[in-house]
Amino acid sequence: MAEAADKSETQAPARREVPPPDPPGYFEGESLTRRRVFTVAAQGLGGVAGLAIVLPAVGFALAPIFHRGKERWEAVGPPSDFTEDTYRPVVFTIVPGIGDAGKTTAYVRRSSKQLGEKPGEFIALSTRCAHLGCPVRFVQAAGNFICPCHGGVYDFEGKVIGGPPVRPLDRFQTRVSADGKQIELGPRYSVTSQLEPVRARDPAEFTGGIWEYLYPPRPSTFPPPSN
Amino acid sequence: MRLPIPASLRKPGKPGQNGGGNGPAPANLKDPQTGTETAPGRSAADVAKDTGADVVGWVDQRTAATGFLTGMLYRKVPKGTNWFYTLGSATLFAFVVQAVTGVFLAMYYTPSPTQAYGSVAHINNDVFLGELVHGMHKWGASVMIILIFVHMARTFFFGAYKYPRELNWVIGVVLLILTLVMGLTGYLLPFDQRSFWATIVANNITGSGPVVGPYLADFLRGGPEIGAITLSRFYALHMLLIPGAIIALIGAHLYLVVKLGTTAPPWLRGEDPKTARPVVPVEAGANGAAPGNGAARGP
Repeated sequence: MAEAADKSETQAPARREVPPPDPPGYFEGESLTRRRVFTVAAQGLGGVAGLAIVLPAVGFALAPIFHRGKERWEAVGPPSDFTEDTYRPVVFTIVPGIGDAGKTTAYVRRSSKQLGEKPGEFIALSTRCAHLGCPVRFVQAAGNFICPCHGGVYDFEGKVIGGPPVRPLDRFQTRVSADGKQIELGPRYSVTSQLEPVRARDPAEFTGGIWEYLYPPRPSTFPPPSN
Repeated sequence: MRLPIPASLRKPGKPGQNGGGNGPAPANLKDPQTGTETAPGRSAADVAKDTGADVVGWVDQRTAATGFLTGMLYRKVPKGTNWFYTLGSATLFAFVVQAVTGVFLAMYYTPSPTQAYGSVAHINNDVFLGELVHGMHKWGASVMIILIFVHMARTFFFGAYKYPRELNWVIGVVLLILTLVMGLTGYLLPFDQRSFWATIVANNITGSGPVVGPYLADFLRGGPEIGAITLSRFYALHMLLIPGAIIALIGAHLYLVVKLGTTAPPWLRGEDPKTARPVVPVEAGANGAAPGNGAARGP
């Protein structure tokens, strides 16, 4: 470095007329020094090598965001178990292979004519509170769902009637098994305040209207049932 | 008196001296620092006595570590430096406790949803001193967070975040955030009811951020629901990624502390800076001050 500085100092006055023939290997009209070429090439190669390591690692870590698991349906009991006017809690698995941690509770009933629901269907409400995900409990005497954590209250249909929750309780898709002997619960979906089905959202996320864009649906969730 | 260093390890002579740099070192090689000659025929006791110093000297000659250590340990600190200035070291000590106990807990812990709770129970109930090590890690985490905030308060109220130390404040804040992330990721690992539901709540708070929140929550969980990946993810973050970042940033934090020096307490600001004294008193009692005395000079 010191050498180069010396040279440029001594030859500075002459530079205006003729470019100095320096460093060795210089040719006239050269726009890029040899040193510069190697510097850029080495840094470029280093960058490519770095990306070759970092990009797969990042993709590896981010992959679950874009991965949707297999659709699961699980039988929870014969249709005769469920009535129109009250809920029956059922425990079933939503994440297989991890024991009790993968199980959740749903409250299931038949669709009610009084509430204007399509007859002959089954309604399965998730116990996951729409505030921050604590498990809610159906209180028979009040006919409400109550969350123990921060006092969220939902009515019989799962609509918010008190506390901090931002939307009604999530639901699970339901169907009657092919032989008609069992009720099966499927993927989770969320609902708007008017109980229109939308893709499953995490708790604390609003649904409907502009919120559908502020809390975009995630690729890891299933499409809502169409009705 | 020095340990006879094997010829292969000796500093080679300079080219032209005693016939070339690659040849065996001359028998009368003089130590460049003390000038003493290696004496042949020393008693075994003499050799043993000097071994420690010789090894240290051998390392020092090749690393110049003493120069670095002297500069760091005997750097000037302002008059009035008091016990409040030890909070940073206390936090560092708390981190070291977390790192050491964490490594030993990892020897018995299994980050699998079906086995995690059992392995923690095994640590607590069966492993020798397991409850103690787990307890140190669990309670030490709280101690570390408390110490960080007290250290931060000291820095704030002593005005030690001002020019030229703003960058160190920023690094400190990042360290605080990383430590809180350690608390978050570590909380899930025992995989009991409290861990599980606390993590669900924390994840849903993450998800409540608009636009990116839902994706961030999916990233943390490794999917739409808490599952097997969540636990191993939190475990990897907790024991590899975040500690690595914390160690690197602690290095930068300490470098800036040594490079910029510490501030005098606000009640002594403006006094003659020449009265600054080294961290370790060079001559005991030379200036009549022991560490901590300065605090007594407060208003």
